[in-house]
Amino acid sequence: MSEGLLQIGATLVLMVAIVPFFGAYMARVFQGQSTWLDAVFVPLEGLVFRLGGVEPERQMDWWEYARAVLVSNIAMFVPVFAVLLFQGSLPLNPNNIPGMSWDLALHTAISFLTNTNQQHYSGETGASHFAQMVCFQYLMFTSAATGLSVGIAFIRGVLGRPLGNFYVDLTRSISRVLMPVAGVFAVVLLSQGVPQSLSGIAEAGLVEPYQTTTDGKTETVTTQKLLTGPFASMESIKELGENGGGSYGINSAHPYENPNPLTNLLEILLLLAVPTSLIYTFGVMAGNTKQGWVLFGMIFLLFAGLTGTAAVSEYFGNPAVNALLGSANANFEGQEVRFGWAQSALYATATTSTMTGAVNAMHDSLTPLAGGVALFNMCLQVIWGGQGTGIAYILVFLIIAVFLTGLMVGRTPEIFGRKIEQREVALASIIFLVHPIIILIPTALAVGIPGIAANSNPLYHGLSQVLYEYASAAANNGSGFEGLGDNTPWWNLSASVVLLAGRYLPIVALLALAGGLQRKVPVPETPGTLRTDTVLFGTVTAGTIVILGALTFFPAFALGPIAEYFANLAGKTF
Amino acid sequence: MQVRNKPVRPVDAAVRSDLKRRKVDQSGLYSRAIAEAFVKLNPLTLYKNPVMFVVLVGTVITLALTVNPDLFGDLPDSTRLLNGLITAILFLTVLFGNFAEAVAEGRGKAQADALRRTRQDTSARRVLPDGRTEEVFSTQLRKGDVIQVVAGDLIAADGEVLEGVASVDESAITGESAPVIKEPGSDVASTVTGGTRILSDALLVRVSSNPGEAFIDRMIALVEGARRQKTPNEIALTVLLAVLTLIFLIVVATIPPMANFVGAPVSIAALVGLLVALIPTTIGGLLSAIGIAGMDRVAQFNVIATSGKAVEAAGDVGTLILDKTGTITLGNRLADEFIPVGGHSLGRLAQAAWAASIFDTTPEGKSVIKLATAQGAAGGYDPQGAAGIEFTAQTRMSGTDFGDGRRVRKGAVDAVKRYVQAQGGAAGSAELDGAVERVSRLGGTPLAVSDGTEIFGIIYLKDIVKPGIRERFEELRRMGIRTIMLTGDNRITASVIAGEAGVDDFIAEATPEDKIRVIRESQEQGKLVAMTGDGTNDAPALAQADVGVAMNSGTQAAKEAANMVDLDSDPTKLIDVVTIGKQLLITRGALTTFSIANDVSKYFALIPAMFAAAGIGALNIMALTSPQSAILSALIFNALIIPALIPLALRGVEFRPLSADRLLTRNILIYGLGGLVVPFVGIKLIDIVVTAVGLA
Repeated sequence: MSEGLLQIGATLVLMVAIVPFFGAYMARVFQGQSTWLDAVFVPLEGLVFRLGGVEPERQMDWWEYARAVLVSNIAMFVPVFAVLLFQGSLPLNPNNIPGMSWDLALHTAISFLTNTNQQHYSGETGASHFAQMVCFQYLMFTSAATGLSVGIAFIRGVLGRPLGNFYVDLTRSISRVLMPVAGVFAVVLLSQGVPQSLSGIAEAGLVEPYQTTTDGKTETVTTQKLLTGPFASMESIKELGENGGGSYGINSAHPYENPNPLTNLLEILLLLAVPTSLIYTFGVMAGNTKQGWVLFGMIFLLFAGLTGTAAVSEYFGNPAVNALLGSANANFEGQEVRFGWAQSALYATATTSTMTGAVNAMHDSLTPLAGGVALFNMCLQVIWGGQGTGIAYILVFLIIAVFLTGLMVGRTPEIFGRKIEQREVALASIIFLVHPIIILIPTALAVGIPGIAANSNPLYHGLSQVLYEYASAAANNGSGFEGLGDNTPWWNLSASVVLLAGRYLPIVALLALAGGLQRKVPVPETPGTLRTDTVLFGTVTAGTIVILGALTFFPAFALGPIAEYFANLAGKTF
Repeated sequence: MQVRNKPVRPVDAAVRSDLKRRKVDQSGLYSRAIAEAFVKLNPLTLYKNPVMFVVLVGTVITLALTVNPDLFGDLPDSTRLLNGLITAILFLTVLFGNFAEAVAEGRGKAQADALRRTRQDTSARRVLPDGRTEEVFSTQLRKGDVIQVVAGDLIAADGEVLEGVASVDESAITGESAPVIKEPGSDVASTVTGGTRILSDALLVRVSSNPGEAFIDRMIALVEGARRQKTPNEIALTVLLAVLTLIFLIVVATIPPMANFVGAPVSIAALVGLLVALIPTTIGGLLSAIGIAGMDRVAQFNVIATSGKAVEAAGDVGTLILDKTGTITLGNRLADEFIPVGGHSLGRLAQAAWAASIFDTTPEGKSVIKLATAQGAAGGYDPQGAAGIEFTAQTRMSGTDFGDGRRVRKGAVDAVKRYVQAQGGAAGSAELDGAVERVSRLGGTPLAVSDGTEIFGIIYLKDIVKPGIRERFEELRRMGIRTIMLTGDNRITASVIAGEAGVDDFIAEATPEDKIRVIRESQEQGKLVAMTGDGTNDAPALAQADVGVAMNSGTQAAKEAANMVDLDSDPTKLIDVVTIGKQLLITRGALTTFSIANDVSKYFALIPAMFAAAGIGALNIMALTSPQSAILSALIFNALIIPALIPLALRGVEFRPLSADRLLTRNILIYGLGGLVVPFVGIKLIDIVVTAVGLA
C-alpha cells in the first residue's frame, strides 16, 4: 500500500509546486501586466478585437458581462448543434459515422458548451473527426475560457474592482493560458504515442494471432482494427480546460488517450493546474498571498483527506470478492490495471474534484466509499472546483461562512471590506440552492417514475448511478458512473436541463453578486475587523463547506454509497 | 462651542445600570406570554417567520396522520401513538418559539407600562387668546396651544416654556430625583416633557405636540415593539434561514422515491420530523426575541432607541465623536497644584489660596479648599468679620476681605496683577510669567493668588479626566473603534486632555460645522459614526451621524434629529450603547451557528433510525434504543432547546472587548463546537428517559 500512497503523495507535491508559478502568471495575464508572450500575442489579440469590434478598454457592468456570456455561448451552441445533427453528410468522416439524433445532439452540444462533456455517445464511434475538431475541441477552449473569465470577473468584483470586459477576458484566457499550455502538452502527448491523424480505421497485424470460437465456428484473428483521429490536440485541452470529454468511449483508460505512466501523471497535473493555481491567483490579485494560501491549504487538506479515503478503500477492495479469491486485496475489476489502484483512486478524486470528468478507471466499479468520494466532490464543487467557477464557489462559501460566524465578532459581517447584506445573502443563496434542486429533484423523479432509470444495478448502487449522473451534470463535471442506458430522450433532455441550470444560473448570480460587492463603499480594516486570512478562519470555512454540503446530501448518500458500503461489509450480494 | 455643566456620574456601567434600572412590573409576564404564544399561532401572522410556519404546516400533516395513520398508504412505523407524539412535540416547538417572542415583547410592554403610568389623563389649563383660562383634558390639547401650569400640576404635554421660572421634577422620565430649573430662552431648560411634575412657581408653556404624538407616546410605542421593523441584518439572516429551510424541504421531499427505490420506505410523520429537526428552528424561534431584547436592554440603560436599526448600527460604529466637557472630563476644572513665586513658601501660598476660597462655593473653589486642606494649610487667617468677594465678569476674581483688613484674592492672572498694581504692588515678575506659561502649556488654567500687594503664586486648575475613561477608550481601540474628542478649547489645552484621556484624535476650537465635517469624512471612509449632542445646533450633526444620541436635557430639535435619546443625559453611555449593539449581533450569530451545528447530531440520530431497513444501523453511534425513541429524542431536544436558550437570547451573549480574532475563537468554540457536541449528549440523555418511560 505504501508504494501507492507514495505515488499519490509525490503527485500532490508536484501539484503544489506548480501553483505559485502558474497562479502568479495568470494574475499577471488578467491584471493586464506584461508577460513574456506579449510580443506574439498583443498584435494578435489586437487583430481579434478589431475584427470582433471589441473595445478592450471598455469596462462592463455585471449585467453587460452576464449578457455577453449568454449571447456568446448561444452563438457557440448553434453551429455545434447543427454539425452534430448533420455530421454524417459533412467532410472528414472517414468512418462514416451517422448524424446524432436530435436529443443526443442537443445534450452533447449543451454538455460541451457548459464545460461539462458528459457523453451519452461513445467517443470513437459517435463523432466524426470533423465533429471532434470543430465541435468538441473548439468548445473545450471556449467553454473553459468562459468559466475562467467569469471566475476572474468574480474575483475582481469581490475585491472591489471593475469586472472587466468579457470578450477581452475570453480572448486572453485562450491566447495566454489555454492555447500555449495545451499546445505544448499536445506535442508532449503526441511524442508519447497519442494519435493525431485524420485518416480512417487502420488495420495492423497482430504479433500473436489468436483463435476465437463463435457459433461453433473457430477462426484465427490475425489483424486488429485501430481507430485513430485528431486526438493529441484534444487530449491536452480536455485535461487543462477541465473538460473531460474523451476521444474514446472509455476516455483516459484507453491506451491511445493515456499511453503510459508519464502521460497519466501529466494528465492528472494538467487537470488540476488551473483550479488549484487560481486560488493563488486570487491571493495575488487581492494583494494578500496569505489569504490565497489559507484558502488553498484548507481545500488541499479536504482534497488530501478524500483522496486518501478513496485510495485506502480501493486498496482493500470488496471483502466479499477478497474472501472468494482468498486474497487480501484483489480489487481489479474496472481499475486502471496498467497503473494500479492508487492511480485509479487519485485520478478519480482529481477528476471529480476539478469538474474535469475524464476518467482512467470505471467509476461504476469503484468501491462504495471511493465512489462516494467522487460523488461528494461533485456535490460540493469547491474542492478545487470548475474552471474559474471553482474559486468563485470557494469565495461564495467564504462569504456564507463570514455571514454565519462573522456576526459573532459583533459587527455586520463584511468580506474584504464590503458588507454582506440582504442582496449578497440572497444571491449567494441562489448559487447554493440551485445545486441540490437540480441534483435531488431529477434523481427523485428518475428513480420514482418506473421504467425511466434503466439502471444496470438495483438498490443502493442503482441509486448512486442515478445520483451520480445528475450530480455530474449539475456540477458540469461530465464523468459518468455509467451503467445507465443514458442515450434516451429522458436522460438526454433531463440532463440537458440540469446542465444548463447548473451552468448559467450560478454564473449570472455570481456576476450579480460581484457587481453588487464592487459598488459598495469599502469599510476600512480595524482590529475589530474579522480577518479571513487566518488558519482559524480557514478552518471555519472548511467546516462550513463540509457541514452545509453534508447536511444537504447526507440522506441521499445514506441510501446510496453508505448503505452500499455497509452491505459490502456485511458480505451481502445482490 | 458653548460649555455647559453636565451632571457628574460614575463611569462604571454596571453600577450605574443597577442604580438606574427603572422599576418595571414583571409580575404575570410569563402567564401573559403563554397566552400570547397561542394567539401567535395564527398562520396569517406566523408566515412572516418562514421557519416556524413550516413547523406549523408539518404539525397539521402529522395531526392528520394521527387521525389516519395510513393516509399516505401503508408505510412502516406509522403508528397512531408515534404520530401523535410527533404532533405534540412539533406543536410545542411552535409554541416555544412564540413564547420566546411573547416574553421579549412582554418585557418591552412592562417597560412601556412604567412609562405610561406617567401618562394618566391629566387636565390642563388652556390659555385663551383673551388671556382667560379654561380647564380641558390633556387629550384636547393641540400643537400651538398655550397652557398654564402651577406648582403641583402634572405638565399635560410636551412644550416650550414661554414665561416664568420654575423647578420641575423629571424623575418619572429620567430617574433623576433632583429637580431641574425651567425657564424660557435657553436651549436646554426651556423645554418641558409631558408627564413630569412642576414643583414650584408657575410656567406658561406652548404645546409642541398633538395627543398621541408626544415624545413619551413615541417612546411607549417603540418600547412595546408595536412599530418594530426587521433590521437589515435580521432581514439578511431571515433570507438565509428561509433558503436553508427550502433546501431541507427539497432534501426531505426527495427522500421517499429514493427510499422506496432501495426498498427502505419511510413514514411521512418521520419525514416531517426530520424536516423540522433540520430546519433552523432554534434561531428561527429566537430571532425576533433577540431583536426585541436588544431594544429592551438599551431601554434598561435608560436610553430609548427610535429603531432596532439604530441599535444594530451601534454595533458597527467605527468612529465615536465625543464632546470633551461632560463626557471625557468631569466638566469642572479642579485645583491640582500650588506654584509659589517670589520666594514664598508652598505652605504660605496654600494658606492664602485657602483663605481666598472660604466663601467660594463653586466646584473650583471647593477644590482649592480641598487641596489646601490636604496639604495641611487650612487656617492661618482670623475668620472674625470676614466677608466674601464674589466673582463677577468685570473683576474676574474673587476672594475674602478679613476683619483685620487683609484682602486675599484669587482670579485671572492679569486681573489679579492689575489689582495688585492698583494697591501699589509690583506689576509681576518673570518668575510669575514662567509659572503661568508652564500651566498653560499643560493645558491648565492658572489662577493668581494675592494677599494685599503681593502675588504669592499660582493655582494650577486642571481639567479632570473622568476616572476610568482611559480604560474605556483602550477597550474601544481594541474593538477597532476610533475616538475623536471635540472641544472649544485651544489646541494646547485640547492636546493635553486628549493625551491624558487616550483619545485617538481631537478637534480643538470646534464649531458645530466641524462636527458635521468630521462625521462626513469618517462616513466617506466607510465608517459608521456615533455622537452625542444636546443643543439645537447639534441637530444637523445628530441627523448626519449613523447613531445620534440626544440628551434628554437637550432641545426638542436635537431629540427629533437623533435616533436615540438618553433619559439620563449621560454622554458616556454612548459606549454602553455600542456594546449593546455588538452584543445583539453576537447573540444572533452565536445562536445561528449553534442551530446549524446541531443538525449534525440530529442526522446521526434520525437517518439510521429512518433508514434502518437500508442496513445502516452502524451509523447509530449514539446507540439510541429504537428508531421510535431516536425520532422522539431528537425532536424533543429540538423543541426543548428553544426555551432553554430564551434566557440567553434575552440577556445576550456576554461581550468582551477583545480583538475580532479572539472573539471569534471564543465564540466558535462555545457555540460552534458546543453546537456540535451538546445535542449528542442531550439526545442520548432524552433517549434514556424516553426508554425508561416505555416509549422506545
